[in-house]
Amino acid sequence: MSDDPGVSDALHDPTTDDSRGAQGFPRPDGDFPLATYLLSVNGRELPVDDAWIGESLLYVLRERLGQPGSKNACEQGECGSCSVLMDGALVASCCVLAADAVDATLTTVEGLTGGGGLSDVQRAFVEQGAVQCGFCIPGMIVAVTDLLDRSPAASELEMREAISGNLCRCTGYGRIVAAFHQVQQERADARA
Amino acid sequence: MSAIARPADLPEAFDALDARPDAHLLAGGTDFMVEVNFGHRRPPAVVSLRRLPELQGYEIGPDEVDIGAGVTWRTIERELAGELPALAAAARTVGSPQMRNAATIGGNLGTASPAGDGLPVLVAADAAVVLAGRDGERTVPVADFVTGVKRTVLRPGEIITRVRVPRLAGPQEFLKVGTRNAMVISICCAALLVDRAGRTVRIGLGSVAPTPVRAPDAESYIAGQIDWDALSAPPDAVARFGELVRDAVRPISDHRGTAAYRSRAVQVIATRALERSLA
Repeated sequence: MSDDPGVSDALHDPTTDDSRGAQGFPRPDGDFPLATYLLSVNGRELPVDDAWIGESLLYVLRERLGQPGSKNACEQGECGSCSVLMDGALVASCCVLAADAVDATLTTVEGLTGGGGLSDVQRAFVEQGAVQCGFCIPGMIVAVTDLLDRSPAASELEMREAISGNLCRCTGYGRIVAAFHQVQQERADARA
Repeated sequence: MSAIARPADLPEAFDALDARPDAHLLAGGTDFMVEVNFGHRRPPAVVSLRRLPELQGYEIGPDEVDIGAGVTWRTIERELAGELPALAAAARTVGSPQMRNAATIGGNLGTASPAGDGLPVLVAADAAVVLAGRDGERTVPVADFVTGVKRTVLRPGEIITRVRVPRLAGPQEFLKVGTRNAMVISICCAALLVDRAGRTVRIGLGSVAPTPVRAPDAESYIAGQIDWDALSAPPDAVARFGELVRDAVRPISDHRGTAAYRSRAVQVIATRALERSLA
């Protein structure tokens, strides 16, 4: 961590006291206006009470709403590990103001299966060995699910572009591409 | 009002700004949230613009495309490539798919970063931005709208509502230098637009000055060298164009690249863009 508070370390230690508080966000004292609102997450209306208005959707999901599937890494929209669907569009939840996500339909990785079990995309990742350290995988799963739902016949190039905002430092992406092909084939077979 | 306002239309947004003149205007949030996440900005209040119907959609006219400030780069990339090829090409290089789904053309203008990928295209196209206030609206050329690093002529109480981009008949290129293909903040970028009817070449350059800039000497020079019927130019004139573009910029050295590298790189991509545009 740099000593200069003006310089941010993308992979900062969230417990570092860099004036942003224990979770990387300011404590709600001093000049931190609060708001109370409802978020629609995975089909449920969840209240958020007295939250600082500057909190990201990622922070609120993880720290206030008990939805830790979306991962926190870069906090600057570079890594994709916090990807969620907002009104059907793939977005980085770290770059969404939670207090403005009111009246949007939000789907996190927890909401892809409708409770329990694995989705076909998740199962294919497991079967293809696409999960190594696993940190990027929730965001990757949301991105691949989004692509296959929107564009069932997407080419591999389109797939690679679709996950260009999801960084994986373990796999080299080969197994992730294989999992994509497996789901595509399974869904095509199911339609046939 | 509470610290966050979610107006449903433009008049409500003006009311919210009247109540909280210190509020930050929020569009896609992809720049704003990074600053907030890293503790560089602590908004006293926020007025969200994403529900304003006045900022949505686009209209394709015979001479220009009128784009709502709330239109995302994803929409521009996917739906306006035929009418505005360079802007759509620039859109494809804005962040990741996640960023392009949220980030808007109005937000790109409001942030006014020297590295904003859309801005060189808009400057080259002589696009104009419509600013609405309680007392009416005014239209400002994008080149005059951005006055410095993250500085614009937007007045308190004003909101960017539309961006009007002239349609030009002729080849267009957008080239960007970064550390990889996907998802980089540009080290430098260039948008080259050929107007066959008006017999002009326009080039807009990003990340090489505090604001997006044109290269007027290079533009007028090459316009006089091109055989407009064949749309060709002698190789030494193309090379000279690149030198004149290089001479028009005043880049800085930062963590993304040195001034010398940027000068050289912008010369190379300007030359390449012209080569690709000519027969």
